[in-house]
Amino acid sequence: MSATLRIPTVLRPAVGGQATLEVEGATIGEVLKNVTAQYPSVTGQLLAEDGSLHRFLNVYVNDDDVRYIGGVDAPVKDDDEITLLPAVAGGCH
Amino acid sequence: MLILTREQRDSLIATCIRALPNEGCGLLLGTPDGVVSDVVASSNVAESTRVYEIDPKVLLRTFRRADEEGVDVLGVFHSHTHSPAYPSPTDVAQAPDPSWHYVLTSFLSIEPDLRSYRIVDGVISEEDVVIRGDTSEVSSR
Repeated sequence: MSATLRIPTVLRPAVGGQATLEVEGATIGEVLKNVTAQYPSVTGQLLAEDGSLHRFLNVYVNDDDVRYIGGVDAPVKDDDEITLLPAVAGGCH
Repeated sequence: MLILTREQRDSLIATCIRALPNEGCGLLLGTPDGVVSDVVASSNVAESTRVYEIDPKVLLRTFRRADEEGVDVLGVFHSHTHSPAYPSPTDVAQAPDPSWHYVLTSFLSIEPDLRSYRIVDGVISEEDVVIRGDTSEVSSR
């Protein structure tokens, strides 16, 4: 499957400055593993050591947050648009 | 420097007041020179008095809107309900983008305290906040 992956500004230096990548994979987990293999600098920023999604990364397939459609097992189809955005969070302590 | 109108400042503070007793939060759209074009309210999906997280749906929608409107997501704002308007260790550790403006408002006093910071490599630096009024400009820091 070939899809488009939109890269957030903070991760672009790790992928040669590109804003989008054409990616392969039948699931989000496969796509992110393939990207990590191609760009080792993103290791640890997309997937946790146990293969789950990084805690502070939001991943969307088209309009859907993948946490609600299977997480790393969320299916990816041809021409899907996958968007990565860092979680925006904090607190008072 | 962060530049916003009085209405935008009021909208930001109102978003945080509506979230009480929890922390309130949202995003800022604007141009790279720090001029805010819009204040985007988010629910705090953490639903907490001590932590916040921007609703992931609002996050996606706001980034797409920025692309469509040719502006940037300039930064994020949130409230501290019981502590000063200064980034906490959690805020610093989770700051997602060194180019962003991090706006904090505190409800420790009756008049909300609104301040803005840059956070780069864990180093916090406060910046001027300019409120564009109809007849005068007010800078606070």
